Amino acid sequence: MSGIEKTFRELKKKGRKAFIPYIMAGEPSLEKTGEIIFMFEECGADIVELGVPFTDPLADGPVIQRASERALERGITLKGVLPFIKELRKRTLIPLVLMTYYNPVFKYGEEDFVKDARDAGVDGVIIPDLPPDEAGSFIKLSRKAFLDTVFLLAPTSTTERIKKVARASRGFIYYVSITGITGSRLLLDGSLESSILEIRKYTDKPIAVGFGVSSPEEAAVVSKASDGVIVGSAIVKRINESPDGLREYLFSLREMIR
Amino acid sequence: MGKRRVIAETGAGQHGVAVATGAALVGLECEVYMGSEDIKRQALNVFRMRLLGAKVTEVPVGSRTLKDAINEALRDWTTNVRTTHYILGTVFGPHPFPVMVRDFQSVIGKETRRQILDAEGRLPDYLIACVGGGSNAIGLFYEFLKEGITMIGVEAGGKGIETGEHAARFAGGSVGVFQGCKSYLLQDDDGNVLGTHSVAPGLDYASIGPEHPYLRDNGVIKYTYATDEETIAAFELLSKTEGIIPALESAHALAEVVKFSPKLSREEIIVVNLSGRGDKDVQHVAKIKGIEL
Repeated sequence: MSGIEKTFRELKKKGRKAFIPYIMAGEPSLEKTGEIIFMFEECGADIVELGVPFTDPLADGPVIQRASERALERGITLKGVLPFIKELRKRTLIPLVLMTYYNPVFKYGEEDFVKDARDAGVDGVIIPDLPPDEAGSFIKLSRKAFLDTVFLLAPTSTTERIKKVARASRGFIYYVSITGITGSRLLLDGSLESSILEIRKYTDKPIAVGFGVSSPEEAAVVSKASDGVIVGSAIVKRINESPDGLREYLFSLREMIR
Repeated sequence: MGKRRVIAETGAGQHGVAVATGAALVGLECEVYMGSEDIKRQALNVFRMRLLGAKVTEVPVGSRTLKDAINEALRDWTTNVRTTHYILGTVFGPHPFPVMVRDFQSVIGKETRRQILDAEGRLPDYLIACVGGGSNAIGLFYEFLKEGITMIGVEAGGKGIETGEHAARFAGGSVGVFQGCKSYLLQDDDGNVLGTHSVAPGLDYASIGPEHPYLRDNGVIKYTYATDEETIAAFELLSKTEGIIPALESAHALAEVVKFSPKLSREEIIVVNLSGRGDKDVQHVAKIKGIEL
């Protein structure tokens, strides 16, 4: 059982939901990223999602696009992020999911990437522009290395797609709360609940929800419907604009995710 | 489809004008994404699109050119997919766009065959087209793939391959996965996409439609490039000698003709795809030459 699966299982036993904060590697510097990850853990995060910057982040809204640009300007790359994680592992064992676009992985070489990511202590990988249909070799390599593959579902996903993503996913399934990009406005009209119930018909794997969760109140509603809440843009924005309030904000999210 | 809105990306503005025209005709809402760099150098087409009732949205991020406009259009589509159709302007993007756009553009080759048979009574010896994303080129070549004709695609050599300021994916790129397809890509060692440069916005793009590398690797089509300088010379040459002002994109194909045609005999036939007209480029060329209009 992977670290991520174990985390979800233990939470379930306690009747709790996962809090999954996101940070872009290199924000505001690689060293500070490490400190913020420790802060995440102190504030009760269960899993951390770590972003790798890319020049063309198609699934991301303006907040994470800009974070990506800043990180690239600081010279942060996938090759640099993996040793950083290895170093981080000396101080924390919190399950870590890497979020990267596919081309950096392709250029790195799938086989080398899977091996080096696992060696560094990465637990799972999210590649938003790699659908399971195209992920045959990546899934195979990841299974061998016990690296979790997290695939995405959206409100527009068909039954066929739900089945395929559920089969291909390990660790958890990432449900995108809205049609759109990260940092969009969340619409809480009851459709989230029914979509997740629909997915549960086909799988008992944990479902975490991301894209657009910003306020602790939203996090509360989303956590009731799912197994975990991913908060990205809202955290990235605070790290960049008002880092002093970050700890308090993380605590308030943790408080409401149950 | 029941969709009331269309979106498109545009580099040179030609595709944007075409989509805006169609949308105006049938009464669809239309939004066109365009990099801020391209908005500056293709002001005429921006005005045209707005005249046709389209909303032109500036994309001020990344390299501020075609690739960024495609990113933004894909983000819009992800958000509004239930009400919106994305009319992608080149043989790129996720399947089935490369195939769809090729089939639509193949009308160019079909017309070429009919016209050259009428005019000369035989098929040409050479077919030449410029290649950005590569839709006009595939559109011309596709009809003739099995004819054994020498086909040449001309990429943007910009300021020269050695300067790094170009959009020659074959001469300067390697295989990558970008915007939903696997093809040649201008990228760094970390898999990040490099900025491009070309005097022609329609060719100023980091990747190339995936069917092009396939046809190149099978030896069906040859690829080369023309620099900005060679292109502007060809642009002026055609204007002076034939009274046709070509688009800067198409002038890349003409530059290749200027280079190799002196070696041919008078009997050989070359077809060049003049894929766009140059009115849109007149101001920009004047600016490059330091002429105030």
